[in-house]
Amino acid sequence: MMASGYNAKDEDGHIAVAGLGGGALRSRKPENTAFKQQRLPAWQPVLTAGSVLPAFFIIGLVFIPIGIGLYVTSSNIREFEIDYTGVDVSSPCFNCSQNFNWNSTKPCTCSIPFYLDQSYESNVFMYYGLSNFYQNHRRYVKSRDDSQLNGDPTELTKPSKECEPYAFHEHKPIAPCGAIANSMFNDSLELFYIDPNGTKVPVPLSSTGIAWWTDKHVKFRNPGGNPNLTAAFQGTVKPVNWRRPVYELDSDPENNGFINEDFIVWMRTAALPTFRKLYRVIQKRNGLMPTLPRGNYSLDVHYNYPVRSFEGRKRVILSSISWMGGKNPFLGIAYVSVGSVCFFLGVVLLFIHHKYGNRSSSADMSH
Amino acid sequence: MPWMSPLARIRDALAGQRARDKDLRNLVSNLPYEGLDKWKQPNRHFRNNGIKTTKYSVLFFIPMNLFEQFHRLANLYFVGLAILNFVPVVQAFEPEVALIPICVILALTAIKDAWEDFRRYKSDKKLNRLPCFVYSSKEKCFVEKRWKDVRVGDFVKVESNDIVPADLLLLYTSDPNGVCHIETANLDGETNLKQRRAVPGVCITVSNTDILLIIHAVIRTGCLGFSHPDLVLKQHLVYLKGHETKAMLNNNGPRYKRSRLERRLNIDVIFCILLLFTMCIIGSLGHYLWLESMPSVPLYLVPQTDGHLDTPSLSSFYKFFSMIILLQVLIPISLYVSIELVKIGQIYFITNDLDLYDEETDATIQCKALNITEDLGQIQYIFSDKTGTLTENKMVFRRCSIMGREYPHKENGMFLCGPKRALKMYIYKIKILMFTKSLPPNQQETEVILDQKLLRQIRGTEKIDAYQDFFLALAICNTVVVSMATAKRLRVSARLTAEFQQTNQSNPLDTLSSLVRRAGSWTRLRAPITSETSANDLTTQGQSVNQTGGQTCSLHVPPQGTAPAVPAGKLCYEAESPDEAALVHTAKAYGFVLMSRTPDSVTVQLPSGAQLRFEVLDTLSFDSNRKRMSVLVRHPISKQCILYTKGADYAIMELLETPYGEKQQKAIASDTQQHLDCYAKEGLRTLCIAKKVLCDGEYESWAVQRQHALAAMDNREQLIMDSAVQIETNLCLLGATGVEDRLQDSVPDTVMTLREAGIQVWVLTGDKPETAVNIGYACRLLEQDDLVINMSCKNLCYWEKQSCSADPRNVDTTPDISLVIDGRTLTMLMSPDLRDRFVDLARHCRSVLCCRVTPLQKSEVVKLIREKLKVMTLAVGDGANDVNMIQAADIGVGISGQEGMQAVMASDFAISRFKHLKKLLLVHGHWCYSRLANMIIYFFYKNAANVNLLFWYQFFCGFTANAMIDHWLMIFFNLLFTSVPPIMFGIMDKDVSAEMLLGLPELYRTGQGKGEYSFFTFWISMLDAFYQSLVAFFIPYFTYRGSDIDIYAFGTPLNTISLFTILLHLSIEIKAWTIVHVFIILGSVTLYFIVTLAYGVRYLNYSGYWTLQAQMVDPMFYLVCLISTVIALLPRYLFHVLKNSITCSPIVEARHLDTLEPSTRDQWIKEWRSFRGRVQDKTSDVSVPPSPSLENLQDDTKQVKL
Repeated sequence: MMASGYNAKDEDGHIAVAGLGGGALRSRKPENTAFKQQRLPAWQPVLTAGSVLPAFFIIGLVFIPIGIGLYVTSSNIREFEIDYTGVDVSSPCFNCSQNFNWNSTKPCTCSIPFYLDQSYESNVFMYYGLSNFYQNHRRYVKSRDDSQLNGDPTELTKPSKECEPYAFHEHKPIAPCGAIANSMFNDSLELFYIDPNGTKVPVPLSSTGIAWWTDKHVKFRNPGGNPNLTAAFQGTVKPVNWRRPVYELDSDPENNGFINEDFIVWMRTAALPTFRKLYRVIQKRNGLMPTLPRGNYSLDVHYNYPVRSFEGRKRVILSSISWMGGKNPFLGIAYVSVGSVCFFLGVVLLFIHHKYGNRSSSADMSH
Repeated sequence: MPWMSPLARIRDALAGQRARDKDLRNLVSNLPYEGLDKWKQPNRHFRNNGIKTTKYSVLFFIPMNLFEQFHRLANLYFVGLAILNFVPVVQAFEPEVALIPICVILALTAIKDAWEDFRRYKSDKKLNRLPCFVYSSKEKCFVEKRWKDVRVGDFVKVESNDIVPADLLLLYTSDPNGVCHIETANLDGETNLKQRRAVPGVCITVSNTDILLIIHAVIRTGCLGFSHPDLVLKQHLVYLKGHETKAMLNNNGPRYKRSRLERRLNIDVIFCILLLFTMCIIGSLGHYLWLESMPSVPLYLVPQTDGHLDTPSLSSFYKFFSMIILLQVLIPISLYVSIELVKIGQIYFITNDLDLYDEETDATIQCKALNITEDLGQIQYIFSDKTGTLTENKMVFRRCSIMGREYPHKENGMFLCGPKRALKMYIYKIKILMFTKSLPPNQQETEVILDQKLLRQIRGTEKIDAYQDFFLALAICNTVVVSMATAKRLRVSARLTAEFQQTNQSNPLDTLSSLVRRAGSWTRLRAPITSETSANDLTTQGQSVNQTGGQTCSLHVPPQGTAPAVPAGKLCYEAESPDEAALVHTAKAYGFVLMSRTPDSVTVQLPSGAQLRFEVLDTLSFDSNRKRMSVLVRHPISKQCILYTKGADYAIMELLETPYGEKQQKAIASDTQQHLDCYAKEGLRTLCIAKKVLCDGEYESWAVQRQHALAAMDNREQLIMDSAVQIETNLCLLGATGVEDRLQDSVPDTVMTLREAGIQVWVLTGDKPETAVNIGYACRLLEQDDLVINMSCKNLCYWEKQSCSADPRNVDTTPDISLVIDGRTLTMLMSPDLRDRFVDLARHCRSVLCCRVTPLQKSEVVKLIREKLKVMTLAVGDGANDVNMIQAADIGVGISGQEGMQAVMASDFAISRFKHLKKLLLVHGHWCYSRLANMIIYFFYKNAANVNLLFWYQFFCGFTANAMIDHWLMIFFNLLFTSVPPIMFGIMDKDVSAEMLLGLPELYRTGQGKGEYSFFTFWISMLDAFYQSLVAFFIPYFTYRGSDIDIYAFGTPLNTISLFTILLHLSIEIKAWTIVHVFIILGSVTLYFIVTLAYGVRYLNYSGYWTLQAQMVDPMFYLVCLISTVIALLPRYLFHVLKNSITCSPIVEARHLDTLEPSTRDQWIKEWRSFRGRVQDKTSDVSVPPSPSLENLQDDTKQVKL
C-alpha cells in the first residue's frame, strides 16, 4: 500500500534550532564506561531474615551489657534533693516566698535542716534546680548580646537590639544586657554540717570550675584591657533586677564581671523548663574523711529569687560525680529493653528463616 | 542618522506594524534604495534575518529569569515565607538567614537557565555569521554578507549545495527549465529532492551593469499565490526573514508535559501544607493555653521593646506565623530542584546507554521531554504505527505477476518465512553484498535477486510486448529523481570565482562545507544543479554547465542520445517513497535503466543498450483519494501517446478495460487478483501496474480540459483530480508487484516482551487488513492459536472467528482474543453510543490491529483509550501521519527512520529502532520510575522527620517557636548535609539489574497503575517520619531530663541522631551500593561533623559555642545517639526484612535471583519464565470469556448502519 507512506508528506514545518551545533563529525556513540553504562560494581544486599540474623543477635548481645552497666552506674550515683521553695506553710522559707520584692535591700534568709543518711565519699556537685522556668522561651533565649559578653568595648555601651527592652535603663546601657542576665538566679546558698554536739560547721563550697573552660576563657571576657573592672564598666548600669553591678559579683578578680562563673552558668540557657544548674563543688579534702559525712545538715538560703509568678519550684541537689552526669536510670533501662527486644526478634527471625529461608536458594517456583 | 521627530518615529513604527500584519505583503526591491539611510528603506518595517532563539539578554537576565521562576507557585510560596521573616513580630530566625535557601535555589536554577541560554546564543551566532551572497547595485555584483544582514527585498544568490539562508522566492535558476531541486531534510527530515520552479511571469534582464526586475506578483503570507513555495536557488527575492520564516513560525518550542508522578506529588504537597497548618494551629493554641495558665508575669516572659506584653490571643496569633517559618521545611523547598537534577541525571544515563545506540545511523536516543522519564515505567498501552516503526520501511522487491503469470522470485521468497529467519537473513545479506559492492551500504536493500524465468522471458523477446511495457512502466511511472551516487551530498568542487577572489577570506567554501554538515536545521541544497557564479558570468553559463556536469550530474541530459556519460551502475535514485525506489531498482535490475528525468522527458536504457527518450506529456501525481499515479508519455519510436498508471490494486482493478469483454483480459485480471491476495497474505505491499494507449485526438481533447483545470482559479484541486480520473479509465492491466517491507530487527521479540510486561500493544496502520494481519503474525502480535475477530463494515451481521489452529489440545483452552478493525468500522465504533462497548471489548482483547486508519483516527483512538481507561499510553511512530497520535499519547516516541523528522520533532523520546523500546521501557522506565518514586517519598520523609523534632520541642518551650538547633545549622542540614544523598539515590539506585529486568518482563508490571508511589506508601513514610522523630526527640529528652544540659547541647545529639537516622534510612532503601554511594554517604556525615565543629569554633557569637566539641568528649552523647538511631530504624529495617523474607513479590524474587551467579541466574530466569508463562495463560483464560456483548455490539452496529 502506498497510502500510509504518503500521508501528509507535503507538510513543511518544524525545525530544530536547539539541535544545532551538535558535533555530527564525531561519532555520537556513547562511551563504554562502567559509570555511563550503569555497570559500576555494586553490592546488592537483600535484607532477609537469614542475612540480618547476626545483626540482631549482636545488637542484643552488645546492648544488654551496656544497659546493665549504665543502670548500675546510675544507681551508684547518690543524689539528695531539697525543695526550698516555701510553698507549704510549714516550710521554713514560707515567709520569704510570700513577701518578695526585687528592691528590698534587706535579704530574707531561711534555714532548712536536713539529714544525710549516707555519706558522700568523693567530690560532690551542688546544684540549684528550677522547675517550670522556661529559659528556652524564644524571646528570652535571644535576649542577650554575645559580643558584649565577649568584651567588645563598642557593644558594651551599645547593646544589641536583641536585648530590648533590657538594653537601656534611664538612657544608660545595661551591662550585661538582656532578659537572661536580668533574670539571673540570685539566691545564695550555704551549707552547714551540724556536729553531733550541735555546732554549725560551714561546708567549704568552691565556686570555680563550675563553668565550661571555653566559656570562661574564650567566649566570655571582660571589656577592655583594664584590670580595674569598675573603670571598665564605666558608663553602664546594672541590670534592673540585680542588686549589685556586674563588677561586684565576686571579690576574686578572676571570677568577677562577665567571667563570673555563676553568671556564665546562668547564661547557658537550659534546654528544658525543669533544669538544674551547677552551683558549687564540694571538694574532697583528704583521703580519709568523706566529703559529706552522714549526719545533720542545714541549708541556709538568702531567699532572693521569686518563682511564685510561674508556679516554679526551687531545689538544691547534692549529687555525687560520675561520668554519666546525673542520676538517671532511663538510658540503662532503654538499652536493656532494646537489647532484649532485638534478641527476641533475632529468635523470631531465626524461626522465619527456618520456615521461609530456603526459598531463595531452592525452588521458589511452587509459591 | 538624521533627526526625526518622535512623532514621526511613532508613526513609522505603527506603519511598520501595519506592514507586517497585512495579509498582502508588498515588497519592494532594495536595490534602488541601497546606501540610503535606514528610515528611507522601503522594507525597514520587516525584521532582519538574524536568528535569536535565546530567552534572555545579558542586561535583563536577572529580572527576566526571576520573573520566569516566580511563575512557579512553589517559589512564590517560599519567597512569601522569606518575606514573612522580615515582619518583626513573627520573626523566627534572622531574616537574612531565612533568605539563604530560597536564594540558593533560585541561583541554581538561574545558573542552569543561563547556561542553556548561552548555548543557544552560541549556536545562533554561528548561524547568523554564515556567509551568503547578496546583490549590490553599487558593486554591480554579488557581495558576501552574513546571514543576519540579509534583508527583506534583497537579491540572494544561492549556489549548489549551499544552505538556504531564508525563505526565498525563486526568480531564476541556471537550469534552462527554471527548475531547481532542494532537500528539506533539515526542515522535515525528508531526504528526497523537491523540485521548485522559478516564478513564471518574472522577467529578468541581466546586463553587465545592473539587474532590472519587474515582478508582477503579489505574495501573500500564509497562502502563497504561487502553488506552494516556489522558492530557492539562484537569484531570489527574500520575502521572509529570520524569525518570520515558516520554520521559525512553526516552531512552538517544547511542550510541557507533566508526569503522572508529578501530579500525585502535588497532591501530597497539599497534604503537607495541611499538615503544616495543623501543626501550626496546635502550636498557636498551645501557646495561648500556656500563656493563659500563668498566674502572673513570669521572669522569663520578655516584654516588647516598648515594655508592654502582648495579650495571649494576639501573641498566639503571631506565633502561628512564627510556627510556619519554623516548620516551613516540612514543605520541601528543595524537592523541586532535586527532582529536576535527578531527571537530568536519569536522562544523562538514558542517552548514554550503548544499547540504545544505533551504529547504522550513528544516533542515540534523544530525550526531548525532560520531565516525564518516570512515565516510561508506567506504560500500559502502546500504540504503534506499522510502516517504518515495526518494519524497516526499506522496500525490497519480492514478487511480481505479469500478464497473469506469477514470477515468485523464489530465491527471495525462501528467506521470507521459516523459523530460522535470522540465519537466513544473514545469508540474504551476504548475497546482497555480492550484488551491490559498488553501492553505498544504505542502498543494499533496494537490490533485487533476479528471477531466472522472468529474465529468460525478457531476454527472449525483442518486440515491445507486455513484459517490456511492465518494466517500462516501472521505470517511467514514478517521480524518482536521478542523481549521481558520487555527487550525493557533496559540494561542487571549489572553483575560485570572481567573488571569492574579491573577498579576503582564504577559502570560505571550506568553512561552509563543514558547516553544511554541522548545521542541523537548515535547508540544504543538493548536488544536481549546475552552479552559476555571478550575473556577469551568464554568457559563459553553457560552458560552465559542461564543466560541472560531470561532477554534479545535471538533470539536463544531453539530448543527442549518445552513450551516457556516466555508467549506469553509478546512478542514484532519489524517490519520495521507498516503494518507488524499489520498483525503479527492479526495472534497472532487469535492464530497464532509468537514466534521467526532467520535467519534459524521461530517458530509459533498454536491455539492448538502446536509450529511449520519452516525452512526458503530463504527470498525474499521487493523491490519497485516487490512490494511484499516472504518467502520460509519448513513445519516441511509435509516437504513441501512452498512459502508465500504478496504484493500489482496488484502485486499478475498478478501472480496467472492458471487464466483461475479452476472456483473456478477464482471466489475467482474475489471476492477478489471486496473486495479489496471495501477496497480501504474505505481508507484501502490493501495487498494480496498468497501461493505456491513447489516440492523438483523445489526448488533444483531454489536454485542453487539463489546461482549463490547471488554469482554474476556484476549485482547482478538485478540477485537476477530476481531469485525472477522466483519463485513467479503460486501463489495460500489465501486472502487479509485491514489495516487502521487512520487519526491523527483533521486532517479534520486542512485541512479545512488551506484552509479557503487561503492556497491551495496538497497531494502527494505514495498510490493508490482509497485509496488517500478516505483519501482525510475523511480529507475534497475533499468535497462531489466537481467536481473531475481524470487524469490518462488510461483515456487520456476523463476526468472523478465525481459529487457525485445529490442534485438539487447544480445544479446552480458549485462545486469546485479538481484534482486527478497519478504518470505516472504527469510525462507527468511535461514535458516542458505541464507544464504551468498544473500549470494553478492546480491553478484553490481547491485541488490537486497526487497519486503514487516518492520522486523525489514530489520535482519536489513543485519546479514547487514555481517557476511558485512565491508563498510561505510549504512541510510537515514524511518519508525519503519526504526529497526531504521538502528541495525543502520554508519551510520544518518534522513530527517526525513513519518513522524515516530523514524528521525531513531535515526540518526547526519539529512538532509531523499535527494539530500543524494550530497554527504554523495561529497564530505564522501570528504573526511572522506581528511583524517582522512592526519592520523592524519601524526600518527604526526610523533611518531616527533621522538622518534627522542632515540633516536639515546642511542647517543652511553651510553644514559643524556639529551636534547639542553631538556625545556620538547620539550614545547612537541608542544604548541605542531606541534599546530595537523595539526589544520588534518585539517579543511581538500581532495585533490580538490567539483565533481570530484560529477562523477566513481568517485573515491569510493578510500576504500572499505582506503582510504588501511592497514597499508601506516602502516608506510611510520613508515619515513619513521625515515629522516628518521636524516637529521636524523646530518647534524648528522657536521658537529659532534669539535668543541667543547655539548649544547644541538647539540640546537638538530636541533630546528630536525625542525620544518622535519615542517612541510614536511605542506606536501607538503597538497593545497590556502589563506590559513589559509599563516598557520598560518608561524605555527608563527614561534612556534618566538620561544618558543625568548625561552626562551633569559629563563630563566637554562637550561643552554642564549643557545644559539639563538648558533646563529643562525653560518652553519653554516643550512647544516646546509638540507641536512638537503632530504635528509630528498627521498624523499617524489620519491615524490609519481613517483606523480603515472607512475601514473594516479583521484585523481591528478582532481587534474590540477582545475588546468584550469572549462569545459575539465567537458568532460573528460564525456569521462572516457563512457569510464569503457564500461569499467565490461565489467568487470561479466566478473564477473557467469549463475551455475549460482542454479539450485542454487532447488532448495534447494524442498527447504526441502518
